[in-house]
Amino acid sequence: MIEIDGITKRYDGITVVNNVSMTIEPRTVTVIVGTSGSGKTTLLRMINRLVEPTAGAIRLDGDDNRSMPGFELRRRIGYAIQGHGLFPHRTVAQNIATVPVLLGWNKARIDAKVTELLTLFQLDPAAFANRFPHELSGGQQQRVGVARALAAEPNVLLMDEPFGALDPIIRAKAQADLLAIQRLLGTTIVLVTHDMDEAFHLAHKIAVMDKGALVQYGRPAELVKDPATAFVQTLIGTSERPFRLLSIETAGDAVEPGPAEGQPLAETVSQRDALSELLWSGRAALPVAATDGTILGRVTLEGLTRRAAKPQ
Amino acid sequence: MKRPGPQKGSRPEWDGDGSLSIRFDKLGVVIALLIAYAVLAAPFATFRANRIVPGDAKGILQALPAGAGMLLLALMAGVALVVLLKTPTRLRLFAAAAGLAAIAVFIGMAATFLTPPANSYARVSPASGFWILLFSFALLAADSITRMRPLPLVRLLLLVMTLGGAAVVLTSGLWDGLSILKEYSGRADVFWLEAGRHVTLALGSLFAAVLVGLPLGILCHRVAPLRAGVLNTLNLIQTIPSIALFGILIAPLGWIAVNVPGAAAIGIRGIGAAPAFVALFLYSLLPVVANTVVGLAGVPREANEAARGIGMTDRQRLFGIEFPLAMPVILTGIRIVLVQNIGLATIAALIGGGGFGVFVFQGIGQTAMDLVLLGAVPTVVLAFAAAIVLDALIEMNAPQRERGRTA
Repeated sequence: MIEIDGITKRYDGITVVNNVSMTIEPRTVTVIVGTSGSGKTTLLRMINRLVEPTAGAIRLDGDDNRSMPGFELRRRIGYAIQGHGLFPHRTVAQNIATVPVLLGWNKARIDAKVTELLTLFQLDPAAFANRFPHELSGGQQQRVGVARALAAEPNVLLMDEPFGALDPIIRAKAQADLLAIQRLLGTTIVLVTHDMDEAFHLAHKIAVMDKGALVQYGRPAELVKDPATAFVQTLIGTSERPFRLLSIETAGDAVEPGPAEGQPLAETVSQRDALSELLWSGRAALPVAATDGTILGRVTLEGLTRRAAKPQ
Repeated sequence: MKRPGPQKGSRPEWDGDGSLSIRFDKLGVVIALLIAYAVLAAPFATFRANRIVPGDAKGILQALPAGAGMLLLALMAGVALVVLLKTPTRLRLFAAAAGLAAIAVFIGMAATFLTPPANSYARVSPASGFWILLFSFALLAADSITRMRPLPLVRLLLLVMTLGGAAVVLTSGLWDGLSILKEYSGRADVFWLEAGRHVTLALGSLFAAVLVGLPLGILCHRVAPLRAGVLNTLNLIQTIPSIALFGILIAPLGWIAVNVPGAAAIGIRGIGAAPAFVALFLYSLLPVVANTVVGLAGVPREANEAARGIGMTDRQRLFGIEFPLAMPVILTGIRIVLVQNIGLATIAALIGGGGFGVFVFQGIGQTAMDLVLLGAVPTVVLAFAAAIVLDALIEMNAPQRERGRTA
């Protein structure tokens, strides 16, 4: 659990983050959104003390984050940034092993961890361990960057626009992979982005920052239903509201019993994508299949329309 | 002459009608012209009755026994032809090596041929034709080696082979008739003493400059307000002519020698090696500091950011990330300094600092050009060898990082 308690940051009298308090539940994905200059990145960087707050405190599982030197704190917290930040003179394996080496793990344990992470991120250890970052594609570099952040098995992973430099197709895949890995490892993720689609896709809870203040912090559906300010409403986009709602949950969550014709949808696709597929195929219902191929039921145009309506 | 047949790496080009079209090499044309001028119009060796009278220039045919002169002319024609046409690079390198070996052997032969028997006053020295040929073949060799893109280790090997070849010629006695070696034979002890001083001055001041310049560069990188001030001061020092700098240093160093206990005991004086050392050190600082600053500034921002973000301390970041990534640029600075210092150390002789400059200035004073060469040639060879060694070191360090830069 991360408790942010009355955090303020001023640079030369200019308040960048103003008295922000929020509690981030363990094993969840929290996305901080806002326009540039809203203070979202500064807030994130105060959690691992890359930036020291002017006032307030941040507690990780009850302990003040100033109870140890900053570099020790940062070794316990994963950190991934836009453009991956890999060390160009070190191989993929050496990059991933950075924090374990700093922590003094033995070689066998480090090697095992590197192999495990490469496999987890669908990079063949035999082929990739000894390559240099520039020999990888953008998507692969980004995965190695996240793997490096997770190498010391941190409970918390901070991500600063981690997918910002990826093209849309690779970005969607990277987001799906991140969610799968988050579920597998149970890591608490705090992610900063300005991309609302990304926020709705990934977040358990969304924090909206505007001019240094936290203007709303809640579940994605709450933001759509009850935007706290006009700014939140603009950010979500009035015409986007039904689709935002549908993008929160998956087709698996909207399954109804009954038969349907046509190409089955995967249960992991968002309801928004399911609706799109229904509209495009011109059908009123499509079957939904589990990952092993068994048909779970169907999604219907009518059912999704109901879910997209303003919550009562 | 052998026609450049179809060899590995180069195929003759055939025109539509089947005739072989002759293609010229651009640099080759220049080198061939130089060779032609050196062989046909310039003197190969100079004969003087003693070491200071004006000499008597001799062309190749006059300087060598009849058969040998014709052989050298034929050899030079052969090399010129290989150089002129588009020929395989290996053949060109071989031609350059053969040319160098030929002039090395024949200048020795000329010395023996021209010196009257039992005359120890007569001097035979290489003349402009020889130097132009030497320059042409060195240029050809450098060009061929560049085209072949050899690995750094191979380049070092070539350097060792060249120096080894020169050493063999020197010890064989082939050149003993040449004026430079006659000057050397009278001063062998002093020569090696001054050589030692020269190297100590050049390397010692470089070492001191790296010792001071690296931390200063790091400081300038970390503390931005310091940067402009330090670099401008060093720039200013760089613009002071070396002789003026020696003069400026006499007063403060003299004062230190008199007033600081123990200073005089370790050799600090207003003149001599101390001011030379300090001057070379000051000249070395700018390239070292500037390249350290530029190298560190070139480290990708994201890599630095990530290093901090995952818990590296400042020291770990400096030695693990910034230094390795900046190293090629820093080494380039050190290379500049080393070559510059080997050349500049010659001036140290002016204020009694020793080094090869001693022979240069003695030679100028006595109008004995051979003595000047005894100081100048080793300096040039030393600077050249140092440049090749450091270039190889830089490249050996670079592969991973060079590729890394594009990431």
